[in-house]
Amino acid sequence: MKKTYKIEVDCANCANKMEEAAKATTGVKDATVNFMTLKMIVEFEEGADAKAVMQEVLKNCKKVEDDCEIFL
Amino acid sequence: MNKKQKKVFLRIVAAILCLIVIQFIPMYNGYVEFILYMIPYFLVGYDILLKAIKGIKNKQVFDENFLMAVATVGAICLGDYKEGVAVMLFYQIGELFQSYAVGKSRKNISDLMDIRPDYANVEKEGGQLEQVDPDEVEIGSIIVVQPGEKVPIDGVVVSGSTTLNTSALTGESVPRNATVGDEVISGCINENGLIRLKTTKEFGESTVSKILELVENASSRKSKSENFISKFARIYTPVVCYSALALAVLPPLVRMLFMGLSPEWGDWILRALTFLVISCPCALVISIPLSFFAGIGGASNAGVLVKGSNYLETLSQVKYIVFDKTGTMTQGVFEVKEIVLDKDTQIDKEQLLDYAALAESYSSHPISKSLQKAYGKKIEQGRVSDVKEISGHGVSAVVDGRNVLAGNEKLMQQQQISYMQPDEVGTIVHVAIDGNYIGYIVIADLLKATSKDAVKALKKVGMKKIVMLTGDSKKVADKVATELGIADVYSELLPGDKVTKVEELLAQKSEKDKLAFVGDGINDAPVLSRADVGIAMGALGADAAIEAADIVLMDDDPLKIAKAIKISKKCIRIVYENIYFAIGVKVICLFLGALGIANMWAAIFADVGVMVIAVLNAIRALSVRKL
Repeated sequence: MKKTYKIEVDCANCANKMEEAAKATTGVKDATVNFMTLKMIVEFEEGADAKAVMQEVLKNCKKVEDDCEIFL
Repeated sequence: MNKKQKKVFLRIVAAILCLIVIQFIPMYNGYVEFILYMIPYFLVGYDILLKAIKGIKNKQVFDENFLMAVATVGAICLGDYKEGVAVMLFYQIGELFQSYAVGKSRKNISDLMDIRPDYANVEKEGGQLEQVDPDEVEIGSIIVVQPGEKVPIDGVVVSGSTTLNTSALTGESVPRNATVGDEVISGCINENGLIRLKTTKEFGESTVSKILELVENASSRKSKSENFISKFARIYTPVVCYSALALAVLPPLVRMLFMGLSPEWGDWILRALTFLVISCPCALVISIPLSFFAGIGGASNAGVLVKGSNYLETLSQVKYIVFDKTGTMTQGVFEVKEIVLDKDTQIDKEQLLDYAALAESYSSHPISKSLQKAYGKKIEQGRVSDVKEISGHGVSAVVDGRNVLAGNEKLMQQQQISYMQPDEVGTIVHVAIDGNYIGYIVIADLLKATSKDAVKALKKVGMKKIVMLTGDSKKVADKVATELGIADVYSELLPGDKVTKVEELLAQKSEKDKLAFVGDGINDAPVLSRADVGIAMGALGADAAIEAADIVLMDDDPLKIAKAIKISKKCIRIVYENIYFAIGVKVICLFLGALGIANMWAAIFADVGVMVIAVLNAIRALSVRKL
């Protein structure tokens, strides 16, 4: 299952870091952050609860870039 | 500028004013000077310092905030107040510029793609109009499009006639006429007449939504250069940081212990801090995706949809181009030119056409369409049964209880029916009834107006090999190829043979050269996906083409192929310019910094200056009109 979320982040490198952080979250199969369109596309693992996983993703992203936001 | 940017801008201005004022205050006392310089420093840099502290807390040490904090605090500790404040100030100016430029180009590109309709006029019972969100319109609703409005949803005209401007979709302002019964695609602008449409799709499935989705998601498919840069940035920053540490500690120790000189800690630490300022990879990390984004945006404005940055990159390396003939170089509009009867047959010409048109009536192939057009009457599907398509050969069907075979000479050979050798050049449909040959129909296709120029243009952009593949007869294929100036032609191919041919060509070429296949998206999907880059022609309305291809040319113009290649080359050139320029300047500055030649000011240029130049250069990818 793939879902797209709107995000807010100021710098391109931070966007890359968010991508890394999202990818490393359990329940996430793959993640792409598009800095230009400010979107995060997350592909979830089979059977993962998207809402719970995204809370974790947000937490992990906040860790690497305090100034980011994901609109869930 | 948005709120956040305005705030930063005001802080920058205030800090600059502070600095100017400080220059006029006579300094008697080091402490006073220190305190005075701290005012602009904290004014402009407090958020960076806070972020750096948070970063350390979250174990994310090597980020730009940390680098800037260490560099500036270090400089201030060494007594270089002015440099410390300046680094912070220019860093913020750079960040502000970057955020402004990116926001601006985001807006520019979305303006270019401003084809999203805001509303649809749904006709209620009694003829009243109601403006609703296009998302809420159901299939089969009647909507009204007034002059000057965008067509919001794909549909069929039920009344009225008008001229539509497709320039937002195709990049060309060739008007299309639409009248009752015509299909109209969303995203076009209604120029003059009022039309009523019956919608055939939901908004989400309409052409305009599909195109927008495609373009918006394109930059998510990252290119090799982008992946290289993110990997590079991950390694580069820590490496520079550790080198800075080494530079601060090792040379003084060596001087002190082995050379008996004074260690000069301050000098070496300052050099190390210069390193830190240079170490920010911003210029690269921002300018590369920005170039691709701008390139894709510019291309879509010219009617070339690129599905991903990776495809734009591959397109720029294309040296082998393989065409399908029908629908790509020719109009794909076939017309029955002649009907020739076998001398022994009892059947007349009209009946022959009858049988052929009915037998082919289930096929969507352009040939069968032209037969139906020449037939002119409504097809009574009840007369046809047991239709079997024999791929690459033709069809067999039962019409009015008789076995009809219609297809090329291979079909006749396969069925062991002797046939006439036609003299005419064109596509030949041989027809046999109940195993007896009765004659053939000549169908001809016209070249597109720009095909010749397109081949010339492709040669000009450095194609090593231009190949044409077709299922058509050798005679027709050779004639078309000579007219176009293409030397390599392979004719009489079945759809499967096209894949094999493309695979052969793929094996022949070197790894560096890429191969593009150009087709019309109808029944060449396997070839489109097999090639390094699949380019589909004339996608206005053809969903299959949008699905199968990597690059979609919105109008039928083959000249756009060369244009697309030029756009990709320009974009990639800019990407490489930025990579070499940014890494080059940084490496030189690092080197000079280590030797003590480049000071903090040079470091600021290497960081902020390079980023500004790279971003401005990236935005150039957007302009593709003159290519």
